Amino acid sequence: MIPRSRAHPWWMLAPTLVLLAAFFIVPIGVAGFESLFAWDLLTAPRYVGAANYRAIVAHGWLLAIALRTLAYSVLVVSGTMASGLALALLVNRPGRLFSLVRASVFSAYVVSWVAVALLWMTLLDDSGGLVTHGLRAVGLGGVSLLGDPRAALPTLAAIGVWKLTGYSMIVLLSGLQSIPPSLHEAAALDGAGAWARFCHVTLPALAPAAAFAATTTLVTSFQAFDVVRIVTQGGPARATQLFVYAIYEQIFLDLRVGRASALTVVFFFLLLSLAWLQLRALSSSGRSS
Amino acid sequence: MAAASGIELVGAVVVNAARLRGLWRVTAFVAAAAWFVPYLWMVATSFKTLPEIVANPIALLPKRIDLGAYREVMSAMPVARSMVLTAAMATAIATAQIVLALPAGYALAKLHFVGRRVAFGVVLACLLVPAPATFVPVFLFFAKTHLVNTMTALVLPFAASSLGTLFVRQALLRVPDEIIEAARMDGAGEATVVYRVLAPMIKPTLVSLFLVSFVFHYNDYFWPLVMTTDDTVRTLPLGVALLREQGTGARWHIVMAGNVVLLAPVLALFAITQKHLMRAVRG
Repeated sequence: MIPRSRAHPWWMLAPTLVLLAAFFIVPIGVAGFESLFAWDLLTAPRYVGAANYRAIVAHGWLLAIALRTLAYSVLVVSGTMASGLALALLVNRPGRLFSLVRASVFSAYVVSWVAVALLWMTLLDDSGGLVTHGLRAVGLGGVSLLGDPRAALPTLAAIGVWKLTGYSMIVLLSGLQSIPPSLHEAAALDGAGAWARFCHVTLPALAPAAAFAATTTLVTSFQAFDVVRIVTQGGPARATQLFVYAIYEQIFLDLRVGRASALTVVFFFLLLSLAWLQLRALSSSGRSS
Repeated sequence: MAAASGIELVGAVVVNAARLRGLWRVTAFVAAAAWFVPYLWMVATSFKTLPEIVANPIALLPKRIDLGAYREVMSAMPVARSMVLTAAMATAIATAQIVLALPAGYALAKLHFVGRRVAFGVVLACLLVPAPATFVPVFLFFAKTHLVNTMTALVLPFAASSLGTLFVRQALLRVPDEIIEAARMDGAGEATVVYRVLAPMIKPTLVSLFLVSFVFHYNDYFWPLVMTTDDTVRTLPLGVALLREQGTGARWHIVMAGNVVLLAPVLALFAITQKHLMRAVRG
């Protein structure tokens, strides 16, 4: 439609564009600028060139953080996709029991990370946790799930799976429900059994929804912070120091604005490459958002 | 013989189907338990007393309902104040997002003008930049302008939402132009067209948008944590997380009581608005 005046569209867009630019686009540039300075928030900033970048890549520190964060994300994505698919297949039928399951699983996705983190800390507590005692009862009590450096990251990922499964379940469920029943009927007439129909009808039809849910969860988990800050503070022995938590530590605990900014710049480009995957999944699934 | 085996076959199929249904139900119970038991454990623990927890940490039920942990939470943090503050913050953000997304989405969906593709591109690009990638420079900016520890630092960065703008645009694309033309013929100004004519037509989208935004920001831990340094604007999730940091040892009953306080309103809202939230997620 033709706007009534040439200025109208811009007046309508101005607040949105100004705020988005100020809080999402300009900050990336500012981070790039600040990353060239050494600054402790107290004394005057000092230009140091690429020294901050050299400092964060030294001794493989940055690589370790990036790989650790990716490992956490991949664990969360595989866990949520597997349990999300199983649950979507389970609850894709009528009945109050199944809608109750749907609601209780999805509720974990809706509530605060703080609540989920504190809840699981209680359950996993070394002395009084329900899960700890359960594991001990079946003879698996040797490992402190949050205290052992090898176990801590998978344990955090398991909490993430519990929290985020509801999301992939709902996305996959709507994928399941959009498969025309005639496809299954045709395959059944051709003599395909339940398993063959699942492999050759259900799974291919679900692929776009699955790609969308998986990449979205990947991007979300790559930004994990709350669960780290509350449950482990990056420990034990840095085993759960994920990317955003590392940035947080640099600026608020070590007062190194320059290094925090350099990490932010790297983080932004890593996210951008993950988001590119997500956009590809988005366009292949034909979703419009 | 043939008839008998036929009957047997039908019988076997029926039994199998019934067994299968039973199996599905059992699986459903197990799945529900995996998500329900942690909640029940939380509520049960919140009613326990410290000696009870020390004596038998894994007792599923408290001996009797003791509200001591809730009293401790009330004295450790200003619960009502935090809750009002958090709800006010989340309401302000969700409202601002809708008020701003409506005209922006309208311009992007319905108006032809030079630069529309660029404007659309800017909105789309912001979708790729989450808060964890901006908090360092934004914190520095608010520190410089003395806005750390203010409602402004909590609300303003989220007052415009790229996702919300895109959702509104998407919904408006489905509204026929004739409706806007008719409204203009009737002498409606653009503000009337946007807020009085179009907004009611895409109400389901706006309701979902409001709920998702409200719940997200009510729950949010990250942004209030990095933008506040003292108690003046401490939101509920921050206060509850602090309950854990304040003491050591088996204070789980207090932490879980705080958790119940944090979760109950959100779960109640979820129970009422489940359909809207699920639709928003399905996209």
